[in-house]
Amino acid sequence: MTVTEGGVSVADGAVAADSSAQDVAAIELVDVAKDFGGGADSVQAVRQVDVAIRPGEFFSLLGPSGCGKTTTLRMIAGFEEPTRGRILLYGDDMVGVPPYRRDVNMVFQSYALFPHLSVYDNIAFGLQRKKLGKSEIAWKVQQMLEIVRLEGKERRRPAELSGGQQQRVALARALVNQPRALLLDEPLAALDLKLRQTMQVELKRIQREVGITFIFVTHDQNEALTLSDRLIVMNEGLVEQLGTPHEIYEQPATKFVAGFIGTSNVLQGVVDRIVGARAVVVPADGEQVLVPATGLRAGQQVELTVRPEKVVIHAGGEVPAGERSAVRGTVTDVTYLGTSTTYTVSRGDESELVVFQQNASSPTAAARPGDIVWLSWLPEHSYVFASASHDSRSPDTAAAS
Amino acid sequence: MKRGRLLGAYTGLVIAYLCLPIFVMILFGFNDTKGRYNFTWQGFTLSWYRHLFDIGGLTDALVNSLTIAVFATILSVVLGTTLGLAIGRYRFRGKAGLDLMLFAQIATPEIVLGASLLSLFISLGVPRGYVTILVAHVMFCIPFVAITVQARVVGLDRSLEEAALDLGATPLVTFRKVTLPLIMPAVLAGGLLSFALSIDDFVTTSFNAGQTSTFPLWVYGASRIGVPPQVNVMGTLIFVVGVGFAVVTAFSNRQTRGGREVGAR
Ligand SMILES: Nc1ncnc2c1ncn2[C@@H]1O[C@H](COP(=O)(O)OP(=O)(O)O)[C@@H](O)[C@H]1O
Ligand SMILES: [Mg+2]
Repeated sequence: MTVTEGGVSVADGAVAADSSAQDVAAIELVDVAKDFGGGADSVQAVRQVDVAIRPGEFFSLLGPSGCGKTTTLRMIAGFEEPTRGRILLYGDDMVGVPPYRRDVNMVFQSYALFPHLSVYDNIAFGLQRKKLGKSEIAWKVQQMLEIVRLEGKERRRPAELSGGQQQRVALARALVNQPRALLLDEPLAALDLKLRQTMQVELKRIQREVGITFIFVTHDQNEALTLSDRLIVMNEGLVEQLGTPHEIYEQPATKFVAGFIGTSNVLQGVVDRIVGARAVVVPADGEQVLVPATGLRAGQQVELTVRPEKVVIHAGGEVPAGERSAVRGTVTDVTYLGTSTTYTVSRGDESELVVFQQNASSPTAAARPGDIVWLSWLPEHSYVFASASHDSRSPDTAAAS
Repeated sequence: MKRGRLLGAYTGLVIAYLCLPIFVMILFGFNDTKGRYNFTWQGFTLSWYRHLFDIGGLTDALVNSLTIAVFATILSVVLGTTLGLAIGRYRFRGKAGLDLMLFAQIATPEIVLGASLLSLFISLGVPRGYVTILVAHVMFCIPFVAITVQARVVGLDRSLEEAALDLGATPLVTFRKVTLPLIMPAVLAGGLLSFALSIDDFVTTSFNAGQTSTFPLWVYGASRIGVPPQVNVMGTLIFVVGVGFAVVTAFSNRQTRGGREVGAR
């Protein structure tokens, strides 16, 4: 990124980058894979990732520990070379380019602040490498200190700062270079809950303020859903789903996503018939679940999901009516949580459904353990999983594996 | 209470035990001795400080010892630091063997090493003298530097160097701006150790010195006819400079230590 005289505010720089590359992805991973070690004991850290991240986006990689998030991020930063595939930064292939020539910066999980340098020199490190003038560096560092709210701390050593302040220095040290993308590897994981929540808000504010593309790695689903514009859910080196937080939560594409994000109920059944745009799945005699018919045919065995808060519990022998999905079971557990009540309902086939019910001002008859009840929900609240767990796999890799 | 006093007394005794020889050395540098022997106190004088360089052979020997110690320190710090970085950071073929060799070098009796080195020089036809002393000193100093540096490198957070690369520093600049400052305390400690080992080495030096004399060799030779008080004065000066260096090193160590814990988090 070029710098004009007198310095450029961080936001200006990012906007310029955006407009010059409106339709180009900021970062694009094309069929990227990474194996560690050769031969028999090689580890497939990343099996296949295809994703295009838009300029200015807050994009998250979400998944359980060991699913390949850090490895993916390190490949973008240039610390690992992919075994296969291409990594494009605004259309330029970055594979083979060393980290010190890539216009991206990273915030490390351990912060990796230079302990022998002051806060000022930590933040100025990248600018000094670009051989900027002293006054320009001072001006930019000062501006950055303001953005991360650390004015007056520039003479301190990192060891003299609290965890949250160190976090801000790490952020400032990366952002001051106006990278074309900022990579963050679980930056909030080391902070306690309260501070983490504060920093989440801060991070979002800073990202909006500087307008730089953020690629954010986390294993915390709440964090990812709160902060992201879009995210991918990863599992065992593969992308399970790409979408907005709303899409990921409301329409989990795979059983894994449904289980990983929040609480989900999973039902099994056979497609009985297709009626217009809807398929009728029959989990057991007398029951029905209505789902979108897309890609389904009669006789097919499917798995589907519904979120606990979408389910209505019909206590006192009431029977659901109308265009609703309906299943029955025996209440095994009732937990009163003040504003809501959680019911666990056991079904004939040993499976269990969890139901969250708001405690309204005029409660309907409450179900008690041992009651046999109907559960119902609207057709648009159920989603059928793809038959393979990894539905996002492209046909060629599916064949190869 | 009682226990505390006992411990205090014990500590005092140990310190006295350690310091007494040094105290005697310093004191007898001021002894107004008349004969050939400097064993009994005969009054205070500063004349040995004034006539420090009056004994030609002793002065030459001291100059040899000092210059050899300086060169040996520089060379073993450069070679030992790079070696320490390599064994602290990378896994490579023969690393286990190298680790073992460094410890074996320290553990082997010096007299054996000195004698073997002499036979090596003789069989290669290398004339013994200043250079062979230097070679021998560098050899026995390298392991001390390498092992001190290795210990520091192992405790160093790798992501610090990655952060430097990420911020646009080439590998060379990363080494200069991040790695080296962070391992500096270990490098200094290794250097100090090397200097101390070199300047008073007697065993190895005596095998490989040829006609060249060093401070320890000269003192040993003189001890049969009486050691002049100038030797005490020189010992005192070396001691003072050595303590000065040690204090500086300890201080710079303390300055970086706080930061190191942050890096390791
Ligand atoms: N340098 C490495 N050498 C060997 N295996 C590695 C290395 N880095 C990561 N792995 C392995 O790759 C997998 C993915 O790791 P990682 O990307 O760190 O996951 P995450 O960040 O999602 O927790 C893990 O099984 C891990 O053990
Ligand atoms: Mg990780």
